[in-house]
Amino acid sequence: MTFLLSITPWPVLSALLWIVLVITALFLARPAAHKLILATGNALHRMFRVASLSVISAEKRLNERNREVLLAAGREAKERIIEREFDRINETVRKDLGNFSALHRNLSESINRIEDDHSAAVEVPPDPPGWVKAVQAVAAMDSKDNRMGVGDVLGDIHKSLVKAHKEAMLAYHEASGKRHALLRKMRPEWREIQQTLGKVGKIVNSLLLRSSSIDRHMKEYEDIVKGEDRAVSILSSSSLVYFFVSAVVLVVAVGGATINFSLIARPMAEMVGGTSLIGGFRTADIAALVIILVEISMGLFLMESLRITRLFPVIGALPDKIRVRMIWITFSILFLLASVEAGLAFMREVLLHDELATSALLRGDGGAPIANEYMWITTAAQMGMGFILPFALTFVAIPLETFVHSLRTIVGLAAIGVLRFTSLVLRLLGSGSRYIGVLIAQLYDLPLFIPLWWAARDGGGSTNKEMRKVAL
Amino acid sequence: MKAVGLLFTCGLLAGCSPSPANNIGVYMLVDTSGTYREELKKAEQIIRYSLSRLDAADSFAVARIDTGSFSEKDIVARITFDDRPSTINRQKRDFAEQVSLFVQDARSSPYTDITGGLLQAVEYLNEKGPAEKTVLIFSDLKEDLEEGYIRDIQFNLDGFNVIALNVTKLRSDNVDPREYLERLGQWQAKVEGSGGRWQVINDLDGLEGLL
Repeated sequence: MTFLLSITPWPVLSALLWIVLVITALFLARPAAHKLILATGNALHRMFRVASLSVISAEKRLNERNREVLLAAGREAKERIIEREFDRINETVRKDLGNFSALHRNLSESINRIEDDHSAAVEVPPDPPGWVKAVQAVAAMDSKDNRMGVGDVLGDIHKSLVKAHKEAMLAYHEASGKRHALLRKMRPEWREIQQTLGKVGKIVNSLLLRSSSIDRHMKEYEDIVKGEDRAVSILSSSSLVYFFVSAVVLVVAVGGATINFSLIARPMAEMVGGTSLIGGFRTADIAALVIILVEISMGLFLMESLRITRLFPVIGALPDKIRVRMIWITFSILFLLASVEAGLAFMREVLLHDELATSALLRGDGGAPIANEYMWITTAAQMGMGFILPFALTFVAIPLETFVHSLRTIVGLAAIGVLRFTSLVLRLLGSGSRYIGVLIAQLYDLPLFIPLWWAARDGGGSTNKEMRKVAL
Repeated sequence: MKAVGLLFTCGLLAGCSPSPANNIGVYMLVDTSGTYREELKKAEQIIRYSLSRLDAADSFAVARIDTGSFSEKDIVARITFDDRPSTINRQKRDFAEQVSLFVQDARSSPYTDITGGLLQAVEYLNEKGPAEKTVLIFSDLKEDLEEGYIRDIQFNLDGFNVIALNVTKLRSDNVDPREYLERLGQWQAKVEGSGGRWQVINDLDGLEGLL
C-alpha cells in the first residue's frame, strides 16, 4: 500500500493518479468486461434453466408413472372388490336360489292343492224341491169342484214339505261343514306360500342391492380405466389414508412383537445359553427374535394361502390343492410355535420365581419367598399371551400389504414434491444469475460515471439501452 | 463378483465368530486371623451381595487368609457360573450355603499372610481368564508373617482391580493414626506399582459401586 502511495512525493497525488489509471483501464476494458459478465450470467441462466427443465421433465415422467401405478393399483383393487361381489352373488344364488326348482315345485303343489280344495269347496245348488210339482197340480185343480180329499192332499204336502226341508237343511249343514273343513286345510298352504314368497323376495332384494353395489363399483372401475382425474384424486387421497392407518396398525403390531419378545427372550437363555454372542448380540435374544420373525413369516404365508393378501403372486397362483396343503402346513407350524411360546412363557415364570427365591436367600430374607395363591393368574396370563400373540401377529400381513402398496404412492408423491421444489430453486437460481450479471455490470459502471457521462454526451446514451436489452 | 462373495463370506464368519468375553472374575480373600474373625458375618453379607451381582460365565472364589495363604487348600468355595439361568440360581444357593458353613466353623489363624492370598488370587484369575478381574480383600491389611515365609515378591497386577473392604482400625492405629495411613499407603503403592487399580471401601452400606 505504501508502495502504491509513494510513486509521487505526495500520497494524495499518487492516490489520484492511481484512481485515474484504474478508471481509464476499466473504461477501456468496459466492453469486454460487460460481455464477459453478461455472458457468464446468461450461461448460468441457461444452465440452470436446462437443469430446471430436465427436473420438470423428470417430475412429469414420475407423475405419469405414479398415475399409472395408482390407476393400476386402483384397477386391481376394484377388480378384487367386484370379483368378491360376484362371488357373493354366486354364493347367494348357489345357496339360496340353487333349490329354486324344489321351491317352485312346492309352490305349484301348494297352489294345486288349494285349487283342488277350492273346487271341492264350491257350493252345490240344492235340488229343486219335489213338492213344487205337487203345488202346481193342486193349483191347477178347479176350486168349484170342491173335491173331497184336497185338505188331505195339502196336509200330506205339508208333511212332505217339512220333511224335505229338514233333509235339505241337514244336507246343507253337512256340505257347509265339509267346505269349512276344506277351507281350514287351505290356511297352512297359504302361509307356506306366503313364507316361500317372502324368502324369495328377500333373496331377490339382496341380489338387487348387490347388483346396485356392483353398478357403483363398475362405474368407478370405468373411471379408473378411462384414467379420469377424479378417479386419480380419489385413489391418491385413499392411499394417504391407507398409509397412515396401516402405519398406526403396524406400530401397534410392533408393540405386540416387543411384548412377545420380552416374554420369550429370557427363558430362551435356558435353551441356547445366556453368554454366547453373535455379532455383539446375545444368541438368546437373536433366537427369540428369529422365532417371532418366523411366526410373522408363517402368518404372511397363511394369509397369502387364504388369498386374503396378495404380496406373493406365486402363492396365490398355486393350484387349490397345494394351496390348501400350504394353509394346513403354515397353520401347523404357527400352532407349534405358539405352543413353544406358551411353554417358554411358563418357563419364564418358573425362572422368575427361582430368581426371586435366590435373591431372597442372598439378601437373608429367610429363604423361600411368600407363596402367592393368585400367582397362577399371572402364569396363565403369560402363557395365554405367549399362545395368542403369534396368531394375532398373523394379521400383520393385512396392514403390511396396505402399507407396502400405499408406500409406493407416498414415496412417489414425496419425490414429485422434491423434484418440483428443486425445479423451482433452479429456475430462481437461473433468473437470479442473469439479473446478478446485469447488476454486476451496472456496479462495474458505477466508478466510471465520469467517462461514461462524457461518452454519453457524444454517443447519445446507447450503453443503458444495450444493458436493458440484455436484461430483458 | 468373487470379491463380493468373499466379502460376504468374511462378514458372515465375523458375525458368527465368538465375540470377546465380557465376564467377570472375582476372588475374595477373607481374613480369619485374631480378632478379625468376628467380622466374618460382614464378609458373608459381602459374598452374598457379590453373588447377587454375578451372572452367567462369571467366576467367583472365596479364600481364607491364614498363616500361609498361597495354597488351593485355603479356597473355601469356587464356582464358574453356567450359562443357563436355572443352573446359575442353584449354583448361587449352593455357594451361599458353603460360605455359611465356613463362617460357622472358621477358626482363627495365628498369622496373616495377605500377600500369599493375593498371589493365589492372581494365579486363579489368570487361569480363568475373565475380561474383568477383581480381588476383594476383606481384612485390616495388617500382614503378620510367620518366620521363614518369604513374600517379598513382584506381582503382575496389570488389569486387576484390588478392593480393600472393611479395613478396620487397630488399637495401635487409634494411638498413632499414621500407622493406619501408612499401612493403606503401602498396599496402594504395592498394588499400583504392580499395574493394578486400588480402591478402599469401608462403608459396607455403600456397596452399589462394587462389581
